[in-house]
Amino acid sequence: MEITVDPDKCCGYGDCVLTAPELFDLGGDGVAVLLVEEVREDQRADVEAAAASCPVAAIVVHG
Amino acid sequence: MAERPRLRRVAIVGASLAGITAAESLRARGFRGDITMLGAERHRPYDRPPLSKHLLSGGWAADRTQLRSTEALAGLDLEWRLGQPAVWLDPVARDITLADGSTLGYDAALLCTGTTARQIPHPAQLSGVHTLRTLDDALAIRTALDRSPRVAVVGGGFIGAEVAAEARRRGLSVTMVEALPVPMSRGLGQRMGQLCADLHLRHGVDVRCGVTVRAFEGDRRLQRVLLSDGATVDADLAVVGIGSVPATDWLSGSGIELDDGVVCDPFCRTSAPGVYAAGDVARWHNGLFGVRARIEHWTNAREQAIAAVGTMLADYGAGDAPAPYSPVPYVWSDQYGSRIQVAGRPSPHADAVRVIHRDDATDATVAVYRDGDTLVGALAVNAPKLLLPYRRMIAARTRWEDALAVR
Repeated sequence: MEITVDPDKCCGYGDCVLTAPELFDLGGDGVAVLLVEEVREDQRADVEAAAASCPVAAIVVHG
Repeated sequence: MAERPRLRRVAIVGASLAGITAAESLRARGFRGDITMLGAERHRPYDRPPLSKHLLSGGWAADRTQLRSTEALAGLDLEWRLGQPAVWLDPVARDITLADGSTLGYDAALLCTGTTARQIPHPAQLSGVHTLRTLDDALAIRTALDRSPRVAVVGGGFIGAEVAAEARRRGLSVTMVEALPVPMSRGLGQRMGQLCADLHLRHGVDVRCGVTVRAFEGDRRLQRVLLSDGATVDADLAVVGIGSVPATDWLSGSGIELDDGVVCDPFCRTSAPGVYAAGDVARWHNGLFGVRARIEHWTNAREQAIAAVGTMLADYGAGDAPAPYSPVPYVWSDQYGSRIQVAGRPSPHADAVRVIHRDDATDATVAVYRDGDTLVGALAVNAPKLLLPYRRMIAARTRWEDALAVR
């Protein structure tokens, strides 16, 4: 599973951080960043919920 | 009850963020009928926030502002009518007339014509006076900035502030002319407005407050700006950012209720059956704050378009009953490397604001605003993460004391 965050799309809503705080944070520039190198399979529901919560669809879950 | 036509043809007036979002939402929810996208400009839908940021700096080429790739647009199967402003809507015949005289019938129409920039009258032959609303506006200002002009920015709102910041980044001399005693104070109050003004002062902008423009002067090209206090500002480029006017002239006389925008019910319906509105042009009663207002933010254009499509489909029996549209407004601005974010509806009253976080090392500030004993707004400067919980708390109508207790 590969996760991408498009920094051009991200507007810093932070809904992903509120949905999955163990996986996402906001950097100093207000752009979402993935906190882990690899998302485990047991975190799939969390990361998919975070992607679904993004108002601008900046987070994409591949695979 | 009159029989409603089936929903086969949707006209979207405004090839904008709201327009493309609505088209995507219609397709995502299974609408297979005709969608026609009408645009006054010749451009496919593009993103406005970068216009006063990445585009002005030259960091982005114009085509990077395109909201969707050519492939993504093709996948939506839309009919495009670009470069032709709509000039008339007949809500009885259910058709729209374009500037070239052609007409387009619809079963449902979404109005998202946005706003036009408010102007300061000046001789038409005088060049060098600009407003910033469209992609073409931004490209013209960028070209003008490349000539290293002396810059006058009229209006200390977010647009003016971002233009001033870019001009200073280029090392140009900048004078900001603001009618209010403190920039941004009508929305954020004097104290937080001063915080924004300090950003300009620290970066070398000559900020003139409490004055307005009396005239732009020059021999064909702008040379001077005359101010209401009698002062003269030498300038080769003026960028006027003094607000905007809803683009509703084309609807006057149509019977659709207008009042500083297209008047909508809480479900994005206009006064005409089958006609909906979204984005900057729509004015409706937001039940969360108990106010009737328009919201001229990127986020609202997107969210309201989705809400309007939900109502449209439900009205035609193709979806569940909609919920009232009552969002927490959210807007951001980038200036001098600082990010300013505003959520909710801050109050300008001095006793309505409380600074709850300040860090000199990172120049970070978070302030919250109340209306009576309810949290209604929040401002963050260089503190994007700290703003997060307050957006949710504003949506939940959190009591002021409870909001202050969260640290």
